[in-house]
Amino acid sequence: MSAEPVNRPSASTGRLPQGEEVKQNVASRQQRGKLWQASLLFSVVVGLSVLLMLAWNIANDAFGGIAVQADVEVETLTDGRPLEDLTQPELVALLEENLRSRVLRNLNREQPLAERDAENLIEVVLLEIVKPEVVATYKLADFLFNRAEIEAQLAEDFPRAELEFKSWVRWDFIVNPMSSNPVYAGVRTALLGTLWLLMLTILIAFPLGLGAAIYLEEYQSDKIFDERTPAGRFFNRVIARSTSIISTNIYNLSGVPSIIYGMLGLAIFVRALENFTSGAMFGVGGDATANGRTIISAALTMSLLVLPVVIISSQEAIKAVPSTLRQASLGLGATKWQTIWKIVLPNALPGILTGTILAISRAIGETAPLIVVGASTFIVTDPTSIFSKFTVLPIQIYNWTSRPQDEFRAIAAAAIIVLLILLLSLNATAILLRNYLRSRRVT
Amino acid sequence: MADQIRVNSDPRAAVTGDSVKPIDLRKRPRIGEIIIQTMLYACGFISIFTTIGIVYVLGHESLAFFASDEVGLVEFFTNTVWQPQIGEFGILPLVNSTMMVTVIALIVAIPLGLAMAIYMAEYASERVRAFLKPVIELLAGIPTVVYGFFALTFVTPWLREIFGRDVVQIYNVMSAGLVVGILITPIIATLSEDALSAVPSGLRQASLGLGATKWETAIRVVVPAAFSGIVAASIVAMSRAIGETMVVALAAGASPQFTFNPFLPAETMTGHIARISGGDLSYQSIDYNSIFAIGLVLFFMTLILNIASRMIVRRFREVYE
Repeated sequence: MSAEPVNRPSASTGRLPQGEEVKQNVASRQQRGKLWQASLLFSVVVGLSVLLMLAWNIANDAFGGIAVQADVEVETLTDGRPLEDLTQPELVALLEENLRSRVLRNLNREQPLAERDAENLIEVVLLEIVKPEVVATYKLADFLFNRAEIEAQLAEDFPRAELEFKSWVRWDFIVNPMSSNPVYAGVRTALLGTLWLLMLTILIAFPLGLGAAIYLEEYQSDKIFDERTPAGRFFNRVIARSTSIISTNIYNLSGVPSIIYGMLGLAIFVRALENFTSGAMFGVGGDATANGRTIISAALTMSLLVLPVVIISSQEAIKAVPSTLRQASLGLGATKWQTIWKIVLPNALPGILTGTILAISRAIGETAPLIVVGASTFIVTDPTSIFSKFTVLPIQIYNWTSRPQDEFRAIAAAAIIVLLILLLSLNATAILLRNYLRSRRVT
Repeated sequence: MADQIRVNSDPRAAVTGDSVKPIDLRKRPRIGEIIIQTMLYACGFISIFTTIGIVYVLGHESLAFFASDEVGLVEFFTNTVWQPQIGEFGILPLVNSTMMVTVIALIVAIPLGLAMAIYMAEYASERVRAFLKPVIELLAGIPTVVYGFFALTFVTPWLREIFGRDVVQIYNVMSAGLVVGILITPIIATLSEDALSAVPSGLRQASLGLGATKWETAIRVVVPAAFSGIVAASIVAMSRAIGETMVVALAAGASPQFTFNPFLPAETMTGHIARISGGDLSYQSIDYNSIFAIGLVLFFMTLILNIASRMIVRRFREVYE
């Protein structure tokens, strides 16, 4: 406001600025514009830096250092020879020497020691005698920049511990099942659960969403019943009205919070349809304890959640098919459905598939509805059928993040990286698929 | 149009000409086509079922909740204590913390998102736009649980560093609000950018031709012309913030408190639903019914906001031909 008086014709004299005043006025306005432009740019930079901070924060937790301390050093156990050099009988002797008889009996009951191969025995030695234990974990930033301090502290607290670099994302982490010990815990069950959920959601939501989109785009104005009879006219009006309700309803549904869908799923799929979703109806009953909190319940819930988005994006794709194609097909004598099936859908397919995959990949990152539907937080068995109990990656991330220990934060970050890679590859698939389908069609 | 086209099912009849009947030009019903159309209609009708299902489920369980002796409707909306263990069911603390998170989020997201939108629509070159758009979409595509992780492990320690550890609790509304703000910024940015880009360039050229600077054109001509779109974008973002669950479940704490101090923990509606249903919930308990009552309030809040945003766009949109 302080700059205003210069560039306004003053009310009392009605005089317009002249000469030098004009130049000054323009210059100051230009300057103000530049200043604001800089602040806009600053906002964009803030947005970008948030993304970078997010990435750094995840990397900082997912990688870093750990201090490992063993109960018994391998060197003292074998007089300085590495375990790999020992022969099978030597390993057996080592075990028998160092383990208490009860533990030995248990091991022998699982599989007699003499019959085990060297690799397995080394594992047993590490697990039962050496018992490497993580005594401290460090974030990546500390590990890289405060190395000396950490080592000094460590030498004081755990003189025998060794500091090593640790990437929490590694192959073991992907293929290991859940464990209450964060060092051995993996995301195998969660990853499989996510993949099952992904497949089922696509199978359910894609046909339904596509069908609804076709109806809304192609049949919206059609009259099914005979217009000449009053009953026909009535039913046609009912259908026309309900169709318009459907389209507004879809927009409203896309704004409903995802957790509400979770509650819908809990009351309908988990509870009311328990007989079906627990598999009891088919006598499958994967887990007696699953009681409706199964993959199929989750997939149905997720399908309802993504349906509005799938319908809207499919509608856009169908709308984009030029109407001349339809007219040409109809003009050649094809029926409406033949036109849709042979002409409209193949042309709209790239857009439909991309939209669907993007919508579903967003659903894969959803956590809230699955918490409500009742994903298990701790299971070690792989899902075997659609009636199995399940867990998914976002649930694991949530579960691990909400624990106070640093190790759990670290594996939460590692699981986030796995999830993000999965989502990125899904999106990449969508784009590649679209490009491939586009290149195959010549329109 | 297809209906008028009548395809003769047996073209040979016309060639041999042994039966010359008057051609019936009326639409002939095709059973297959009708079945297909009906099935497609059924697909569309699922969305109606979903809405009915949501309203029925939330309404039904809420009725059971209010019918129980422990709680009355008036108490539900006026009591400032939510403690199911001692039979206190007042939704105000939950609504209050939800609104706090939402307001903080909007204070962050509206300036930031709008600035991004104006920059992209008015200033950025084609190449910069081609870079920025995917980045913003990337921000929008990150799962919310990741933002929750970010809030708890990055923003909260940072807040505690700045304001002091005894002022800022480990779980606090501020951290959740800031991160929800980041989460809804892409929504405001993309929707506002669409609205700004839809303003015809003739308006800009006229303004520039009259001697306005670029900034004056943007802020006095383009933004007012797209104002309805911007307001609608903000409302959509607001409804997203109200319904956001994972960030608040992780960062805002797990104790329903009636407080206006953003540095204290306070559970939101969504956070409470997530926490209560996270355990093994018995279907007969009052806890089970209570989350549906909260869900009903949540549903109507977001529904009203969504309808409002659509009405604003329809009513106040400036149409330029």
